[in-house]
Amino acid sequence: MMNLSGPAIAVRDLRVSRGGTEVLHGLTFEVPRGQVTGLLGPSGCGKTTLIRAIVGVQIVASGEVTVLGEPAGSPALRRKIGYSTQSAAIYRDLTVLENLRYFAAVLGAAKGDAERVIEEVGLTGARKQLGGALSGGQLSRASLAVALLGSPELLVLDEPTVGLDPVLRQDLWRLFQSLAERGVTLIVSSHVMDEAARCHRLIMLRDGEILADDSPEGLREHAGTTDLEEAFLRLIEEKAERVR
Amino acid sequence: MNLAITLATAGRILAQLRHDRRTLALLVGVPSVLMILLRYVIDDPAAFNRLGPTLLGIFPFVVMFMVTSITTQRERATGTLERLMAGPLGKFDLLLGYAIAFGVVAAAQVTVVLALSLTWLGLDLAGSVWTLVLVAVLDSLLGMALGLFFSAFARTEFQAVQFMPAVVLPQSLLCGLIVPRDTMATWLEWLSDVMPLSYAVEAMQETARTGDFTGVLTRDVLVVGGCTVLSLVLGAATLRRRTP
Repeated sequence: MMNLSGPAIAVRDLRVSRGGTEVLHGLTFEVPRGQVTGLLGPSGCGKTTLIRAIVGVQIVASGEVTVLGEPAGSPALRRKIGYSTQSAAIYRDLTVLENLRYFAAVLGAAKGDAERVIEEVGLTGARKQLGGALSGGQLSRASLAVALLGSPELLVLDEPTVGLDPVLRQDLWRLFQSLAERGVTLIVSSHVMDEAARCHRLIMLRDGEILADDSPEGLREHAGTTDLEEAFLRLIEEKAERVR
Repeated sequence: MNLAITLATAGRILAQLRHDRRTLALLVGVPSVLMILLRYVIDDPAAFNRLGPTLLGIFPFVVMFMVTSITTQRERATGTLERLMAGPLGKFDLLLGYAIAFGVVAAAQVTVVLALSLTWLGLDLAGSVWTLVLVAVLDSLLGMALGLFFSAFARTEFQAVQFMPAVVLPQSLLCGLIVPRDTMATWLEWLSDVMPLSYAVEAMQETARTGDFTGVLTRDVLVVGGCTVLSLVLGAATLRRRTP
């Protein structure tokens, strides 16, 4: 049974250091269930580190990360989270179908699940191709397909739409929205602002700190502009002024 | 531990090899070619009878060390290991999956070299062929386990390859291939005593020399098996669910 009480993710004062420097400086936020939350920010702002902390594969310095009511990384969560890394985590010397069948077996997912997710990401035509023979966009879709296996309650997707053509991107965002309608919680990182408008909620990161945590409408209203990119820039300026 | 996941992993690794025909050909072909070379370089049946079994112990060890350390390093680099560690797969599921898959390959490798040696090359074997195959597979598992362990210290595939001469060559020099162990300087003999390959090679020589399952052979098999288990445990310790 899905436990629907409480937020999907609760992060409190999360600090992470990598290579001797602190890259996340005490983040606190919550992610509601059954929504698509966008994690936005420039390259190097700490998106991937935050995502790794949520999935439970990142060593954290201090703070608490609670996912679906359990501490991040606890064994009970390992079947409930679908995770897709930024670079495609796919065996290059296996076909798309072999890759998905293997990961499905590891998850104990139903037979036929591999075919289902291949269709969902639009790779049916390439399912007999080796990972190494795929284009960049196909590879990242194959990697995304792995995250969709089983029936995860939480999907954590690190830049899933990089290098995809507009039609495919649209299809994938429709898929994300339909998953959210079914009660799945999604966190999708991106550095493309036009994807932000498709999220229910946005968390904007910059230099390891949260710049904004609001709905797209809320952000536009706050910044007095209809353009999210513009709104992001104003938030940065506002913050700079406050520091001064 | 989960048998289904372990077997799926072994199947996956064998599928990867099946797609890589050239590697497969090298795995099986190179030891055979080297054995033929050795036979005609020595050109003395008595000396070949002494050196042949020694090499039969070294080949599977070296090859599996190299293949495993590179494959594991690649799993780390492409992110598939992180993906697996974020999921329900246990560390020993992965390690045993590797052990089963490479054990099968090692058995095939040894069978071919042995068939060639016993027929065409005229190797004289006093002991049972099955004991020889068993010891050879054990040697290969030892190489595999050490490869898994050392791959944790390699950040790149390039470094992983460098570990081969660093770990394998000293053992090959001291295992009794070039000079019998009891004629070495005392400190070298001590070094040789703590190197697992020495026992692997001795087991091979013992099997070739006599048809009995002698006390020495039993001890050697136990030492090689023990070192394999120890390396697997150490290898498991290097697989971390959380990384910096």
